[in-house]
Amino acid sequence: MKFTLHVWRQSGPNARGEMKQYEATGVNPDMSFLEMLDVVNQELIARGEEPIAFDHDCREGICGSCGIVINGVPHGPRRRLANGKIEAKTTCQTYMRDFTDGQHLWLEPWRAGAFPVIKDLVVDRSAFDRIMQAGGYISANTGGAPDGNAILIPKRDQEKAMDAAQCIGCGACVAACKNASAMLFVAAKVSHLGILPQGQPERAQRVVRMVEQMDKEGFGNCTNYMECEAACPKEISRQFIARMNRDYLWAQTQDLETTSSGGAG
Amino acid sequence: MNLLVKPVRSSLGKKYAMAVTGLLLIGFVLGHMAGNLLIYLGPDAINSYAHALKSNPGLLWTARIGLLLVFVIHVLLGVTLALENRAARPQRYEYDATLRASWASRNMMLTGLVILAFVIYHLAHFTLGVVTTTEDNKNYLDLVEVKQGLKTYVPEPSLNLSQLDPNQVDARHDVYRMVVSGFQIWWVSVSYWLAMAFLGLHLWHGGSSFLQTLGLNSFRYASVVRLIGPLLAILVVIGNSSIPLAVMLGLIK
Amino acid sequence: MQLNSNVPPGPLAEKWQKHRFEMKLVNPANKRKYKILVVGTGLAGASAAASLAELGYQVETFCFQDSPRRAHSIAAQGGINAAKNYQNDGDSVFRLFYDTIKGGDFRAREANVYRLAEVSVNIIDQCVAQGVPFSREYGGQLENRSFGGAQVSRTFYCRGQTGQQLLLGAYSALCRQISLGNVKSHPRTEMLDLVVVGGRARGIVVRDLVTGQVSSYVGDAVLLATGGYSPVYFLSTNAKGCNVTATYRAFKRGACFANPCYTQIHPTCIPVTGDYQSKLTLMSESLRNDGRIWVPKTPGDKRSPDQIPESERDYYLERRYPSFGNLAPRDIASRAAKMVCDEGRGVGPGGRGVYLDFSDAIRRRGEKYIRDKYGNLFDMYAHITHEDPYKTPMRIYPALHYTMGGLWVDYNLMSNIPGLFVLGEANFSDHGANRLGASALMQGLADGYFVVPYTLGNFLAGCAPGGVSETAPEFKQAEQEVSDRLKKLLAIKGNRSATWFHRELGKVMWDDCGMARSEKSLKKALARIPELREQFWREAGVPGNGQGLSPALEEAGRVADFLEFAELLCIDALHRNESCGGHFREEYQTPDGEAQRNDAEFSYVAAWQYQGQDKPPALHKEPLVWETVHPSIRSYK
Repeated sequence: MKFTLHVWRQSGPNARGEMKQYEATGVNPDMSFLEMLDVVNQELIARGEEPIAFDHDCREGICGSCGIVINGVPHGPRRRLANGKIEAKTTCQTYMRDFTDGQHLWLEPWRAGAFPVIKDLVVDRSAFDRIMQAGGYISANTGGAPDGNAILIPKRDQEKAMDAAQCIGCGACVAACKNASAMLFVAAKVSHLGILPQGQPERAQRVVRMVEQMDKEGFGNCTNYMECEAACPKEISRQFIARMNRDYLWAQTQDLETTSSGGAG
Repeated sequence: MNLLVKPVRSSLGKKYAMAVTGLLLIGFVLGHMAGNLLIYLGPDAINSYAHALKSNPGLLWTARIGLLLVFVIHVLLGVTLALENRAARPQRYEYDATLRASWASRNMMLTGLVILAFVIYHLAHFTLGVVTTTEDNKNYLDLVEVKQGLKTYVPEPSLNLSQLDPNQVDARHDVYRMVVSGFQIWWVSVSYWLAMAFLGLHLWHGGSSFLQTLGLNSFRYASVVRLIGPLLAILVVIGNSSIPLAVMLGLIK
Repeated sequence: MQLNSNVPPGPLAEKWQKHRFEMKLVNPANKRKYKILVVGTGLAGASAAASLAELGYQVETFCFQDSPRRAHSIAAQGGINAAKNYQNDGDSVFRLFYDTIKGGDFRAREANVYRLAEVSVNIIDQCVAQGVPFSREYGGQLENRSFGGAQVSRTFYCRGQTGQQLLLGAYSALCRQISLGNVKSHPRTEMLDLVVVGGRARGIVVRDLVTGQVSSYVGDAVLLATGGYSPVYFLSTNAKGCNVTATYRAFKRGACFANPCYTQIHPTCIPVTGDYQSKLTLMSESLRNDGRIWVPKTPGDKRSPDQIPESERDYYLERRYPSFGNLAPRDIASRAAKMVCDEGRGVGPGGRGVYLDFSDAIRRRGEKYIRDKYGNLFDMYAHITHEDPYKTPMRIYPALHYTMGGLWVDYNLMSNIPGLFVLGEANFSDHGANRLGASALMQGLADGYFVVPYTLGNFLAGCAPGGVSETAPEFKQAEQEVSDRLKKLLAIKGNRSATWFHRELGKVMWDDCGMARSEKSLKKALARIPELREQFWREAGVPGNGQGLSPALEEAGRVADFLEFAELLCIDALHRNESCGGHFREEYQTPDGEAQRNDAEFSYVAAWQYQGQDKPPALHKEPLVWETVHPSIRSYK
């Protein structure tokens, strides 16, 4: 197979970028998309040119590093599966057999003001880390935990929390959203902890702080396109966004500030 | 103050405001349509309904101002959100594609602005009577009540309501004839149909979206929530568009 | 040099308790005066960093990934062991200890393994408290499944993403400490050297991968939690970024590297499809709970699996190991697969594959049951192979997965360089010659949450904080060496990518030092590796000037280290004249093809110390002391 690639090349964070054309020849249909790029890069290196920079690590769809917008779709165009659902996958789980021989492919980085480009297809997603730092945790110091079975968790709650917790933090939701909104990511995190009994004590502060940080990072607003849901490689549901919306409203009725007058004695 | 400002200014707060004002506007659209549909019950039904509305200025103006406020908030917030959303992606994609987002959801700004323009036109047309309709009775689509014990209303097209002494006669607006004569002009009907198409698209997304925003969606009711917007849109489009159609077909004269 | 394991005296079950009491403590007010550098943010690194910060130490973390959450622990699928005995099936701390020691083919340190089993129960509690959504029974209690090498159900899991959930738990604890200002996180920062001042590890030299800047960080202790070295084989189930650089640089600064030849080949991976392939994907061992492994009885049988009748199938694991069957430990299952494929009975393109068949389980329990339990693994398989595993059996083949070897550490997890602690897969301590499934996550978290917070305090209590700065000559020299090496890489200006060399090295390692090794093959590898290394420094091409983000430069640096490290691995494999666990020497096997240990001569930890460029490393032996367990022939029949 052969392909014509149009790739966003940008030498650094403040450099001007442009789409550049490359030919990928001798592509095996069983190659993954990233393996195809590896081959293109090896040829570039052989010619002494800078290879195309892209984030990747585990190459099995779990680390959340990779992310290329291929022909306008984060992680690449999706097939519709036999059961009517849109296939869920990451860029590294995209295979060349999913494209047609001779096709033109447009490769662009995640586009969002909150995800500035570092180089070529690599973007800075540290905004997600800062959102997590704002409240995406349960304050449980090492050592003091009660027995794992001390608090029973209904299976359906645990499963639901797991559905949300599966988020790999790749940022495809932001890249897909026409508004570059991070609602699906934040909602997944808020819901994961908010559903579990262990997450209840900090539930109100968590949602408020994480939403605040999300706004501060400059992500867009959610207008319920649900494009994020379709692009999510882990099929995180829109229902978690509704859940977060509900939680945030509820949190406004709670006392969020704690007062402490010290405890010397 | 911070207590209120912070949540309202957050992205979610703005979205709640959009959803609540949207819901109120949906309520208005439905109420308005119900009133419109009275036309099928004949001139007296719709005219007495209009008359009843107008005969309580306090209520009418409260409702009008409230509605205006809701409308303005909805429009201004909508524009603000749209601008913020554009700013959140300073560099657009060279190759743009969509997986799931409906055309309606992606063009709420467009459909919303067309509806805004239509609302202005509609007010000018029917409420203010600025828009010229028929040749013979330009601004005047009136009706005079003749007091003869029994209250009956007789159309009196040659008379202008404003020329009558309100102390002598109890007059009411002949909404029925205003509507009929308006919609007898083909381009007026077409413009209303177009407007309803845009309103339908707006509702198609907005009718479900507000529930999602207010957190009223859940795994259990997802399929119902998803249907509400489209059902609402179809209802409003069919209901309102049927009136010009009925007039054009001569079913209402 | 004498390596002292510092295992505390006393009965096995009381060692850790007693040691915890005897260790010195650092006053809470003094803790914040100590700076701890943690390299690597996987399970071991993130849990250690968070726990130490909770105690009050100043912590800085470093990872080459763009976020601490992406460390490769995230890819662990199956589960985490703990001796909770929730299933009432006879589990206990001692049984977990014994299974792990036996699974490791009696090549691990008793005391370390016992401690691991002991704290395993606390790990589960800690993770539950952090919000890790472990699988539950309908009644709300924690669920378990069984794993290779054990006859009890003690594995806790989160669908097929246990590593992800545990790492997110540790990462969230880390996030909390970052927000509190107790941890400073440096993502996209790669450690390129260890700085030793006055015989003590005092800092690291790093390259900021975004700017290309080389700089140093000073600390009172350095914790390496940088994972294993599987990618020395190029194709492995590890992430592309996994590398030996941090531990190898520490080795070159004097830290001993222990048992590098103990590499684990995981039996259930998706077979190689072509020479462009960049990595292999693991299918969780948990699949062996319900899947049955088989090959056709006749060599060269090309029929599709559904055309092969039951009577012509060889369920070779069930046949050879009736009591453990498909749940035989990894090394044994891997070798058995190699054996049937060598006999020409392998399936799929190239004949390097065996079937993992779920049709029985689907018939017995229904497709929904299988989908609920393994859905994401089946999807993953379908994605990669374009086949439907619900309809046709999966094809699997062993692949490099984990490395038991690592930097030598004592009972306190400190290397022979004072102040250098090594955690998780990066150290050698707990798995001996073979790791049992679901034990890697256990070890990483045990080290980070429950071991190093105590033992590090004990070390720091003996030394005053600070006293060294980045301007010290040792730091300047290390920085200079790092910069020179980067410049040297950029100056080669050849036209072969580092990937090419890496792939070549991988072929040598897999063919000559893979699932089966011999003196002949190892000598061949030891002749080929230096040639390849020399060719690398002549022909490798690294475009650019080293400024800014440069994936090609990062890769070249890592491959250069692999090219040196591979030799150490082969030297160790050649010296160990026995077969044990993941190290299978063809010369040393029983008549029926099982590994033959030589306890009389090799019951020791082989710790190698760097002696300088082009000089063979020196071997130090730490004898394994058997106080409780008596090494026996490891049988799973």
